[in-house]
Amino acid sequence: MLILTCPYCGINADETDLHGDGEAHIPRQGAGAAEDDFEAYLFHKKNPRGVHFERWRHVFGCGKWFHAARDTMTLEVFGTYKAQTFEPPKALINKIKKKRLDWEGYMK
Amino acid sequence: MSEAVTALRGANFDGAVTVSDAGLRGMITLRGDLGDEKLAAVVKAAVRLGMPKPRGVKEGAKGAVAWMSPDELLLMVDYDKADAVVSGIDKALKGDHFLAVNVSDARVVLRLEGQGVREVIAKGAPADLSPEGLPIGEIRRTRLGQVAVAFWLSDAEILHLICFRSVGAHVFNWLSNAAQAGSLPGFLRPD
Repeated sequence: MLILTCPYCGINADETDLHGDGEAHIPRQGAGAAEDDFEAYLFHKKNPRGVHFERWRHVFGCGKWFHAARDTMTLEVFGTYKAQTFEPPKALINKIKKKRLDWEGYMK
Repeated sequence: MSEAVTALRGANFDGAVTVSDAGLRGMITLRGDLGDEKLAAVVKAAVRLGMPKPRGVKEGAKGAVAWMSPDELLLMVDYDKADAVVSGIDKALKGDHFLAVNVSDARVVLRLEGQGVREVIAKGAPADLSPEGLPIGEIRRTRLGQVAVAFWLSDAEILHLICFRSVGAHVFNWLSNAAQAGSLPGFLRPD
């Protein structure tokens, strides 16, 4: 069972209280974008083995979108953070680096 | 105007705990910047209560106010006062970025009473129902079975639960079933 702490209301929310929405920090490509960029925006996900940065919504709770960093192989949750950012917080990246020595780090 | 009735029409179930229709209640969704002094003044004027802490519920003689999310409150007043309170808020916050809506008829309020209220809810909600996980006076928005609900305890043995009107009968039946006499494990002792 996956349990994430919502950074907005502080609730330890069970997976069934949440809605997952895939990879986080994807720059939006809207109308007027080049075809290749738009294709990449829609379909080209990183999906690495291990550390993922994801978007989640506390759908049955406060209704807010937030981000979570977790390992999809071990299901370890490294932390959650608010959505008002373009990339993961430095402290969280350092924490993951300490735990995953072979991790290449966050890449845009 | 037509006569206002609740979805449950005063339904009542007596089992391990009592599940009953709490009757008509005025409920107002208020969204805006919760740190704003003007908004706090509006809340004070409506229910004579201060701003609740995150996840907090404050109850008083004039009504109650619950923290629903970082930018949303639920004001609870007398049913027939709700429209007047909304127009008061609209006037006081005119020009600001906010939203106040009377949602009284879109919701159902249930009242559970008895020693096992925490255990009845724990049967269907993925929430920590222990006294440490949900202290008295703290609201929890989550799901019960498959439907969205919000609940809080105002006392060790009194739990208030709000759900959408369209699922009111379902939630009442669900709770009645979960509250069958002799069906509680007795694991979560009342505080």
